[in-house]
Amino acid sequence: MFPYLPQTEGDIKEMLEVIGANSVDDLFADIPDDIYRKEPLNLPKGISEYDVYKKMSALAQKNKRGVSFLGCGSYDHLIPSVVKHVIKQPTFYSAYTPYQGEISQGVLQSIFEFQTHICELTGLDVSNASLYDGHTAASEAITMALNTRKKADTVIISDTVHPHTLEVVKTFFSDNDVKFKVLQSKNYLTDLDELKKHLDESVAAVLVQTPNFFGYVEDLEGFADAVHENKSLFIISSNPMSLGVLKSQAEWGADIAIGDTQVFGLDKYFGGPTVGYMAATSKLMRKIPGRIVGQTVDKDGERAFVLTLQAREQHIKRERATSNICSNQALAALASAVYLSTVGWTGLKKAVELSSGKAHYLYERLTGECGFNPLAENDFLYEFTVTIPDARDVLKKLEEEGIFGGVPLSRFYPEMKDAVTIAVTEKRSKEEIDRLVDLLKRVVK
Amino acid sequence: MNIPGDLKYTEDHEWIRVEGSVGYVGITDHAQHELGDIVYVELPEVDMEVEKDEEATSIESVKAAAPVNSPVSGKIVEVNEDLEDEAELINKDPYEAYIFAVELSDPSELDDLMDADAYKEFLEK
Amino acid sequence: MSNKLIFELYSEGRVGYRFPEQDVPAKPVSEFISGGVKREKAASLPQVAEIDVIRHYTELASKSFGVDAGFYPLGSCTMKYNPKINEDVASFPEFADIHPLQSEETVQGMLELIYKTTESLAEITGMKWGTLQPFAGAHGEYTGMKLFKAYFKKTGDTKRTKVLVPTSAHGTNPASAHISGFDVEEVQADERGLVSVESLKEHLSDEVAGIMLTNPNTLGLFEKDIVEIAKLVHDAGGLLYYDGANMNAIMGKVRPGDMGFDVIHLNLHKTFSTPHGGGGPGSGPVLVGDKLIPFLPVPDVKKEGDTYVLDCSKPDTIGRISGFYGNIGVIVRAYAYILAMGSDGLKKASEMAVLNANYLKERLKATYHLAYDNTCMHEFVLSAETMKEEFGVSALDVAKALLDKGIHPMTIYFPLIVHEAMMIEPTETESKQTLDHFADVMLEIYKKAKDNPEQLKAAPVLTPVKRIDEVQAAKKPVLRWISE
Repeated sequence: MFPYLPQTEGDIKEMLEVIGANSVDDLFADIPDDIYRKEPLNLPKGISEYDVYKKMSALAQKNKRGVSFLGCGSYDHLIPSVVKHVIKQPTFYSAYTPYQGEISQGVLQSIFEFQTHICELTGLDVSNASLYDGHTAASEAITMALNTRKKADTVIISDTVHPHTLEVVKTFFSDNDVKFKVLQSKNYLTDLDELKKHLDESVAAVLVQTPNFFGYVEDLEGFADAVHENKSLFIISSNPMSLGVLKSQAEWGADIAIGDTQVFGLDKYFGGPTVGYMAATSKLMRKIPGRIVGQTVDKDGERAFVLTLQAREQHIKRERATSNICSNQALAALASAVYLSTVGWTGLKKAVELSSGKAHYLYERLTGECGFNPLAENDFLYEFTVTIPDARDVLKKLEEEGIFGGVPLSRFYPEMKDAVTIAVTEKRSKEEIDRLVDLLKRVVK
Repeated sequence: MNIPGDLKYTEDHEWIRVEGSVGYVGITDHAQHELGDIVYVELPEVDMEVEKDEEATSIESVKAAAPVNSPVSGKIVEVNEDLEDEAELINKDPYEAYIFAVELSDPSELDDLMDADAYKEFLEK
Repeated sequence: MSNKLIFELYSEGRVGYRFPEQDVPAKPVSEFISGGVKREKAASLPQVAEIDVIRHYTELASKSFGVDAGFYPLGSCTMKYNPKINEDVASFPEFADIHPLQSEETVQGMLELIYKTTESLAEITGMKWGTLQPFAGAHGEYTGMKLFKAYFKKTGDTKRTKVLVPTSAHGTNPASAHISGFDVEEVQADERGLVSVESLKEHLSDEVAGIMLTNPNTLGLFEKDIVEIAKLVHDAGGLLYYDGANMNAIMGKVRPGDMGFDVIHLNLHKTFSTPHGGGGPGSGPVLVGDKLIPFLPVPDVKKEGDTYVLDCSKPDTIGRISGFYGNIGVIVRAYAYILAMGSDGLKKASEMAVLNANYLKERLKATYHLAYDNTCMHEFVLSAETMKEEFGVSALDVAKALLDKGIHPMTIYFPLIVHEAMMIEPTETESKQTLDHFADVMLEIYKKAKDNPEQLKAAPVLTPVKRIDEVQAAKKPVLRWISE
């Protein structure tokens, strides 16, 4: 009765005969009797495919979709149809990690192309096959810095970095004698003078994010010089969509670039799967964690791709490995690579241009005719933060109208009661934006 | 297996050639053979202090990574930069391709090391 | 066949996607950001038409191999069939189009999914509660080790700095323990291929935080002393971690919680049929017994009446381990699988996995050397050591020969304690006919190894590329394409 199990009664009988066992249960004789389970698991019995469909559909219906102005690390961008068609190819999604290079050239080449995309966007020399998400990528980047600056034990993180990144990193190093200094920003921008005060020989790395958590574009002029003079590593986290118009991490002088490619062809999917990206200078090549694909030749001299630099990895180095990462987000990374290949450089710039234009249109109306105060008057692209009185109630009312009007920052910082971060992507129409403004005018006293 | 008579050896398959107060360190013919094609040698930092038997650096082949321990205590005074681009020199001539040189802080530590005959015997065990 | 990179198909003027027109009065972006932050150098991304994209990736797909294409007995990886209904339900927009920061009221389906999946996995493993946040098995191991740390911090027993790991363990075990701040001590296997109780006793002390085990172990053998092992570790004040990589052998037959384990991770991409995706995304849920519940990561999902809520108020939590809630898209598929199989189907799946493995083992053991001749669970390990000595044919050569037969090779050179290891895990979703075909091919390869080893060493010849030069790849790494 189980379509995923092809053994017939006859097969089972024949197989048991070859094995020399009387019953399937005999094969489990090594399990001590006192723990061998005689009762069935306390779960419902199996059901038909159509019943699964109905149950999952009913579950899905308990979620509500809406016109989304939500951001803070996950964005509602357009996804070209080709993306989903490509990742549905069975030999992509039902493959394992490409250990056997000769029959995995397709997966390997697609990862090599992903690495190239990331290097091109960040301007840095080397990249890997992807990490779990942008937040955990920060932990890995900091590990690289600590392994490079072996005598240093302190990491400076700007307080404009996504608070979840900070939390994830703090959990990661909670048992490793690493000290964190959270750098206080000035007017929601990272302050170079403040950074300089904290730089000393104990500092292994400095992590900043641009556009930052509040949506503001950081001006990082002079940062790399200060960090490098101190012999520390400079890590910049960026929404990679912004790299279509903003300076790349390499142009700012970063040693390591990280972030999350959800913006490139991936569903929001309640936060995952997404893809953490990482790129670094060639000097750090052998310290990058995770899978890496390299180009080489086969025995006939033809171009071929293969997993390489594997001696770094945990199945070889075991407890001496510096990272335990062994999978990557391959299929999701493939989606991002297909997105970038499809839209190209002009498309990427266009997406930022459209999104930013719409965001600024909304911003003008909110701070103008609606009279909301911006959190700060800093440069931004397509995400910004404004103060809306009784934010949570207002957002609730918008939600009832089918609009997710923004992320209340009180979710992250209880004291920021009325701050709302709003993201506007190219997917939002003028009509939707105008409706948001009209509703806000109506519900805010 | 090539085991030159004028060197001292460790149980971790390093060799050391002492010239005055400086010891040149590499891995033995046996070690390079076990590792196979060596693709990368991480060179330690000059001026770094190392303890006897402490991991000074590491060496990688396609399918393995091995630590290289310092046979003696002291300060690293030189590294073999040729290995940066040509790690395979170790495969070609493991006793020519030293990895780093240590200024010995306690020459008596050399007495703990094996000579060629003892190392040969150690390998045969 | 074209062998070009998508970057090499660049054609000035081509467009792969048309964005909607700007419909608001907007200034160009260059006018609202200051000059100093503007990008200077354009990225050399591909510029192709939509059909170029599709042709390119169809070509790449044709040069890949998945479970859908053929038998994939990759030991320790549980390459079972990925049911298609799972893909269909996972693409419901009411799942895919949900933002992680929507209000709780609008994500009740997601929270219920997380709650019920956690509940089901706890039942299957005999644990009490858990978290679905870990993105992969190794991430789950790391989470488990963090739970160890937090537990001993709470009990004040901080001198427990060592974690024991058998020599046969997956490489991620020692690596995960190490990055979480533990020192790793290896425990040898005995002549049965099992953890030696005697040697374990020697390792146990008040400095040991616990042990990481997989059961069945990586040789495919059930650790039959597990109850005694658990008692010894607990009596010594330690905890037991279960690496769920081999859970596919025991569903409904025995539960890690009943064996005495305190924390376990599962690989949904192995046991629960979600696609491996060419290396990910996976999912590595962690389930725990009562004493570790307070330390689970935040946010947790709770049920209050008929409503599900996110709970961040856990004073003893290890903290946040991922940006949001884990790989939810993978969890949807696993939950659909659990529904489809149910208590009876999951049990039968494990039974058939074990039957398939034992059948293959019987068919091959007269020809190939079986490392440990015993009833196996879901996988077994052959050794090519004697073949290598006699014919000069290694495990790698056998693997490459399989490629020409349209079969994905087994895992080779793991576990490390078996020389020239060939680890075979057929999984339950393969029919007797498939297993017989594989066995026949393996016997034929052996014959060829004996009669014509040189020909075998030239394999593969029918694949898109021939044997790959890995030395050159590692020596002079080329890790990206560079525009000319």
